Amino acid sequence: MTLPDGVERHAFDGETALATRGDPVYGEDTDGSWRRWNPHRSKLGAMLVSGMETGLTGGETVLYLGAAAGTTVSHVTDFAGPTYAVEFAPRPVRDLLDAARTRERLFPLLEDARQPEQYAHVVEPVDVLVQDVATRGQALVANRNAQFLRSDGRLLLAIKARSEDVTADPEAVFEDVLDTLTERYEVLSTESLAPYHDDHLGVVARPRRDGTF
Amino acid sequence: MTDGWYAGLDPGDTAAGTTAIREGSTSAPDEWPSLAVEIGFAEDEAKYYELLHTATMAATEAAVQEQEGADDRQLVHAVRSMTDCEQTANELAERVAEWGESRSRDAGSGVEYARELAENEGEDAAGAQLQSLAQRVVDLDEEAARLRSYIERTAPAVAPNLAALAGPVLTARLLSLAGGLESLAKKPSGTVQVLGAEDALFAHLRGNAPSPKHGIIFTHEAVRGTHPEHRGSAARALAGKLSIGARIDHYSGDLRPELQAELDERIETIQARTEGEKQ
Repeated sequence: MTLPDGVERHAFDGETALATRGDPVYGEDTDGSWRRWNPHRSKLGAMLVSGMETGLTGGETVLYLGAAAGTTVSHVTDFAGPTYAVEFAPRPVRDLLDAARTRERLFPLLEDARQPEQYAHVVEPVDVLVQDVATRGQALVANRNAQFLRSDGRLLLAIKARSEDVTADPEAVFEDVLDTLTERYEVLSTESLAPYHDDHLGVVARPRRDGTF
Repeated sequence: MTDGWYAGLDPGDTAAGTTAIREGSTSAPDEWPSLAVEIGFAEDEAKYYELLHTATMAATEAAVQEQEGADDRQLVHAVRSMTDCEQTANELAERVAEWGESRSRDAGSGVEYARELAENEGEDAAGAQLQSLAQRVVDLDEEAARLRSYIERTAPAVAPNLAALAGPVLTARLLSLAGGLESLAKKPSGTVQVLGAEDALFAHLRGNAPSPKHGIIFTHEAVRGTHPEHRGSAARALAGKLSIGARIDHYSGDLRPELQAELDERIETIQARTEGEKQ
């Protein structure tokens, strides 16, 4: 697996962990300017640790849906280029604003990811679409936001089974979501995010090139 | 052709930029940074991103502040005012109808009749008085509608889980009956179940009535849509989820959609009992 530029394995008190360079945000371990990226608190972190081929190289333009308090998106901004962070709930956005204060290329938006027209006047086409929203209809959100992704871009999606249906078998939920995703995307790989996140599936996909397959 | 947030803006006008970010929308994204440089909004992309950072920070800060400024106390006052407006409008509408009957045989009734009357000029002094009174009814009815839309806008920010589970208006009524989000969060779910049925509850405690199965939550589809025989179970299940929702809303504030899914599942099971018995 290749890590994007700006993400390294770094030793914190003898333990090796993923890290990026930037101002600390949520009380994570630091060593100089390196901040420990905890895969237990970040689905994208878990995708990187479990060796998924994310296609991230560093410096990309990113649209991050479901930024919450900015735990993951702060690491993303550390190694990526301009990063648009969309979050719907006002309370976590307070922390997101704090993370964005020292990050000039992080643009926080209090918007609903189910209504992309509400932020399409701000967000430019991006190389990477990261999605981690705990709502029903996760595939629908990804499909609606496909318009932001460049044709050679990547969707990095964490599907939360319990958000779709608490009682159904997670495998069946994943299948459903992946099936809906094929309307707009071609799925490249999937990986369970256990043991970091139970009943979550990491997905790497690219926009469907209509007519070419 | 779509427009970016900076269309028609002076780069130095931060307030206008903030408003444009918050209130603007467009059908599809575009290469906003390079377009901004092209039209001279920013001299280069670095400068554009600097302007964008300032504008998004200010816009998001303002949006958060507005949504958080709406606290549970404002919601409680709004829902009580809405109820007062509705009740007063109905009471006055009855008075208007009674008066109207004395003047015309085909007088109608209710707020709708008042609305009709308000549109016509009164023919004599009494008619003018009646028309003016009818106008008050219409005003009160419209005030109630405005209060309702305020509640619908702000309840999801004040109590996201409750608003998702119970809808904005029932959420506000529960907050009103409990006396705020904190006290609702501290009530056992059995109490939440009978909030609004205090008369029936105390009659029961005095020993001369059966225990009430539900209070204000009767207005929720999960209870009302369930066969009367199983409404007690449905009300208990709903109250359980609502009190969990209230606690998350008070102590953490993040939305947990799985609550809704769990409730739907439980209510489906309860409602299936009736169908099972029919067969």
